Amino acid sequence: MERRTLFPGKLLPIALMAPQLLLTFIFFLWPAARAIEESVTAANAFGTDTLFVGFDNFAALFTDSQYWSSVGRTLFFCAAVSLVAMTLGLLFANFADRNLRGKNWYRTFFIWPYAVAPALSAVVWVFLADPQIGLIGRYLGPNWNYGLNGNQAMGLVIAASAWKQVSYNFIFYLAALQSIPRSLVEAATLDGARGFTRFRTIIWPLLWPTTMFLLVVNLVYAAFDTFGTIYALTGGGPAGATETLVVKVYEDGYIGNDIGGSAAQSVALMVLVVALVSLQFKFLNRRTAA
Amino acid sequence: MATLELQGLTKNFGATGVLKSLDLTLASGEMLVIVGASGCGKSTLLRLVAGLESPSSGRIILEGEDITNRDPSKRDIAMVFQNYALYPHMTVAQNMGYALKLRGETKEEIAQKVAETAKLLGLDELLGRRPGQLSGGQRQRVAMGRAIVRQPKLFLFDEPLSNLDAKLRVTMRAEIRRLQQRLGITSLYVTHDQVEAMTMADRLIVMEAGRASQIATPMEIFERPANLFVAQFIGSPAMNILQPSDAPSTGAPNNAVVGIRPEHVTLDANGLELLIDLVEPLGAETLIYGTLPSGQRLTLRRPGGPPGVANLRVAFPQEALHLFDSKTGERL
Repeated sequence: MERRTLFPGKLLPIALMAPQLLLTFIFFLWPAARAIEESVTAANAFGTDTLFVGFDNFAALFTDSQYWSSVGRTLFFCAAVSLVAMTLGLLFANFADRNLRGKNWYRTFFIWPYAVAPALSAVVWVFLADPQIGLIGRYLGPNWNYGLNGNQAMGLVIAASAWKQVSYNFIFYLAALQSIPRSLVEAATLDGARGFTRFRTIIWPLLWPTTMFLLVVNLVYAAFDTFGTIYALTGGGPAGATETLVVKVYEDGYIGNDIGGSAAQSVALMVLVVALVSLQFKFLNRRTAA
Repeated sequence: MATLELQGLTKNFGATGVLKSLDLTLASGEMLVIVGASGCGKSTLLRLVAGLESPSSGRIILEGEDITNRDPSKRDIAMVFQNYALYPHMTVAQNMGYALKLRGETKEEIAQKVAETAKLLGLDELLGRRPGQLSGGQRQRVAMGRAIVRQPKLFLFDEPLSNLDAKLRVTMRAEIRRLQQRLGITSLYVTHDQVEAMTMADRLIVMEAGRASQIATPMEIFERPANLFVAQFIGSPAMNILQPSDAPSTGAPNNAVVGIRPEHVTLDANGLELLIDLVEPLGAETLIYGTLPSGQRLTLRRPGGPPGVANLRVAFPQEALHLFDSKTGERL
């Protein structure tokens, strides 16, 4: 029988939970409700009057070819960021999961990028990649200009976004690797498995739950938390080449002043996150039940 | 023919010598049990042979080939781990067939060998299960099966029974020994349990602080321990160690200490008085603890029930005495 601490009365539990609930309400539930509300309205040009328009905003959105190209771009961006960030995280975690001299330093340094604000990390990347003044960019020749070349811009925002997430993946993969009993790897070695075969047949399957968890986290990160990085690096350009859905929400809503249309995009995004997260929960529950 | 030969095998971790120049030969089909307290180097010895650690010096020769520097995956040695180390994401059949698959055997070959071994160990019903769905004893059996199915040159056992409950341990002990003899499996078996060591071994190595204190058959070790350490380590309760002054009747020289096993102390109306302070009836026999007039403690093991008296008179028959040098601890 599990031992639980039971609080008598109602006041104390409410008092203990209130701060968290308040935060959730102010920063999540309320804005979400407002977004839903706005998504079914249209405002006049001066914002002095709003009109209930039902699903017109959504209808306009889903028939807009620019929206769908942004969806496609976002999918590609998310997949690329997740792939790069997770692959590097796993690779570095494998390197760190050994008895190296100074491994604690190595691990600590690794976690730093995660603590850097997106806009600041974008500035760092500008200093690296700028065609004129960038530490790396100035050596890349006359054909390198991410301000003009959409593919280069996409590559750069992928690199900058992935860079921030590598450390997160690194921590989780390292923890997962360290929870694999050493005797398991030794048993596989004595069974004749070496190097990559051992990784593929023993370690990778045991990392699978971690991989699934990280995949969802990375997708959500790439879809939503990269706004700062992208906006500071390219502003969604050139010519919309790096305009992912979150950037478009901002552009249409705050620059284009189409609050209703932008809110409809937010709601569509929200539905997507809810779907992703419930998929994750379902998967994780099945893993733990098995 | 010697299957395994160790020549001057030494392992240092930094300045600490964990294994100090060990020489050993293991005959084909032999079960050699390594016993010692924790930290005596017995597990290190096993890991060196497996290749999971590399020796500081010395050579390891398996079936005539020097494998000292060979990769562990190419030594053709199987090991049964203390925690079994079964692959949790594979079924029992996959666990057992893993090494065969890596060797490139066909599916049919693997299935056949796994089925045969499973039958031998009574695992037929469990082949489709995962380790998480098995009991401790079943996991132990799968770990055995995974080693057997490979038909390796050598088996290593690293305290394989210590995670089982007492009753299961006795059953598995007998089962492993029976299988080992039947299949003629050449084995190195590490344990800290002296009953396991005595019952399973063809020969026994008693290790102390990185050295082999004695290598001999279990009965030889019991009857003629080579030194004080072995004398006290093997046998339960441990051998009584007395100073010559405690028991003048033994006539032991002054530079010696006298050892006598609890079951060899006799009752004698003319003997020394033993003041009893604790009696432990075990059913078929009774352990009696007490003090001699010199203040020396003494343990007796007597058949039958408790004596029902407060003191006894005891004697130490000459033929049951073990004499050890009081300085070096070596047998005299």
